[in-house]
Amino acid sequence: MAKSYKAGVKEYRDTYWEPDYTPKESDILACFKITPQPGVPREEAAAAVAAESSTGTWTTVWTDLLTDLDYYKGRAYAIEDVPGDDDTFYAFIAYPMGLFEEGSIVNVFTSLVGNVFGFKAVRALRLEDVRFPLWFVTTCYGPPHGIYVERDKLDKYGRPLLGCTIKPKLGLSAKNYGRAVYECLRGGLDFTKDDENVNSQPFMRWRDRFLFCQEAIDKAEGETGEKKGHYMNVTAPDVEEMYKRAEFAKEVGSRIIMSDYLTLGWAAHQSLAKWCRDNGMLLHVHRAMHAVMDRSPTHGINFRVFAKLLRLLGGDHLHSGTVVGKLEGDRMATLGWIDLLRDKYVKEDRSRGIFFDQDWGQMPGVFPVASGGIHVWHMPALVSIFGDNSVLQFGGGTLGHPWGNAAGAAANRVALEACVKARNEGRELEKEGKDILTDAAKHSPELKIAMETWKEIKFEFDTVDKLDVQHR
Amino acid sequence: MSDVQDYPSRLSDPNSRKLGTFSYLPAMDDDEIRKQVEYIVSKGWNPAVEHSEPENAGMTYWYMWKLPMFGETDVDAILREVQLCRETNPDNHIRLIGYDNYNQTQGTAMLVHRAEIKV
Repeated sequence: MAKSYKAGVKEYRDTYWEPDYTPKESDILACFKITPQPGVPREEAAAAVAAESSTGTWTTVWTDLLTDLDYYKGRAYAIEDVPGDDDTFYAFIAYPMGLFEEGSIVNVFTSLVGNVFGFKAVRALRLEDVRFPLWFVTTCYGPPHGIYVERDKLDKYGRPLLGCTIKPKLGLSAKNYGRAVYECLRGGLDFTKDDENVNSQPFMRWRDRFLFCQEAIDKAEGETGEKKGHYMNVTAPDVEEMYKRAEFAKEVGSRIIMSDYLTLGWAAHQSLAKWCRDNGMLLHVHRAMHAVMDRSPTHGINFRVFAKLLRLLGGDHLHSGTVVGKLEGDRMATLGWIDLLRDKYVKEDRSRGIFFDQDWGQMPGVFPVASGGIHVWHMPALVSIFGDNSVLQFGGGTLGHPWGNAAGAAANRVALEACVKARNEGRELEKEGKDILTDAAKHSPELKIAMETWKEIKFEFDTVDKLDVQHR
Repeated sequence: MSDVQDYPSRLSDPNSRKLGTFSYLPAMDDDEIRKQVEYIVSKGWNPAVEHSEPENAGMTYWYMWKLPMFGETDVDAILREVQLCRETNPDNHIRLIGYDNYNQTQGTAMLVHRAEIKV
């Protein structure tokens, strides 16, 4: 029976609120945290978000009747209280297959976090989680190599990998920068990293940096017999320049390059990920700008969504917070998204902020990177929190060693191996950490001095973006 | 500067070469190696032993000692193979592997004997 056309404004909930709807396996599901304007009922606000992030516009139009809107519309199908916060609520919305282009993260998010975030009827809006159905996952490219292929390429097993970001962030000449890289790598680190701000400034153009760093890597590999890498940052002002730098990194023999997927742009990043798989290049991914969007508990996009979409866009490493260092990161929430980066199947688990089951099919996993303000004293906690499939990324915690980078790197490596060995023996790292490190330092003067240098440093500010729990 | 120690690693010194996981720690004694074997067994991994001449240790493929011990959970039996490999190849480095067939990877690969290199 065909419908008749009637102009005018309808309440959103008449069309977009369907509490009896059972989500399909093929639906893309989203959980939003909504702060409605005063006086707007929850169902109406949820329906408005469903409408504005899918097919809806503010008034009925006659061309609505030329399509099967009942199929294409997003549906708000459930509403839940937010623990400990009466001003907000969770709305669950289902989007049907066919509403989005296959393999296009760009398309999905242009809808999900598009105009709807500026919509007047909601005071604030946060995208907490997205369930990507398997059909969508399999149309995405995914990590260029993934955790296990990277381990094979580097011949490193049974422990987290170690990195260091070269400091000062800006101002070193290419040759001096390469020296800092060489010292870190010969001391026992697996990787060094360009800081995200290092692109191709007048004090150090990218080409000079790549050449000096590669010479540093080659000598450190010869000296230690282990495989090493420097994340050569190919984040560039335009895509042609990005490819030019990536090609040169390959030409000099680099094993790994890096990009900043939020400032570079998702389409450019996905292209780079494809280039990396085609060229056997590992891809380290930094996340500058994420805190602009993920830090507020009521507005923006939760980092777990950024983590999931990066796995789909493609990357072999992604910065994920440290829990223990200088940067923001709730422990349980971090545990949730590092599993979303690595595991094949992740179950819904509200205690870790995970709202949906997520099946990754055969898509490889991404190494989470714990970076920012960490040093040897954090090692027991880091190994315990992150496990083997992670990159522990130091900065000052290597470079600030009183005897220099090589000694700092050796201290990091000895501390790491001591913790892994103790964990394998069944010891509890976070309880016995001090004894484990103290014992290891008896055989490593580098570790002993590192422990004396950083003894008192802790970062104990309260987390701003916490999981929603009753006691807040 | 007198307090600063030099980092003693040299291209010219074969003893500067590292050998992956646990090569930055002192050599493990028999009891410590036993605990690591117990760890591999507890993870459900398949133990395997590999060895290499020190000068070829940088290559991806070391010599495989017999075959991986699929399904072997007897810690003493695994330790016996490590010992046999060592007696048969006295000048070789030896590493112990835990194959994780579910993830198609090596759950671990650790150094259990560093051969003495005379310079």
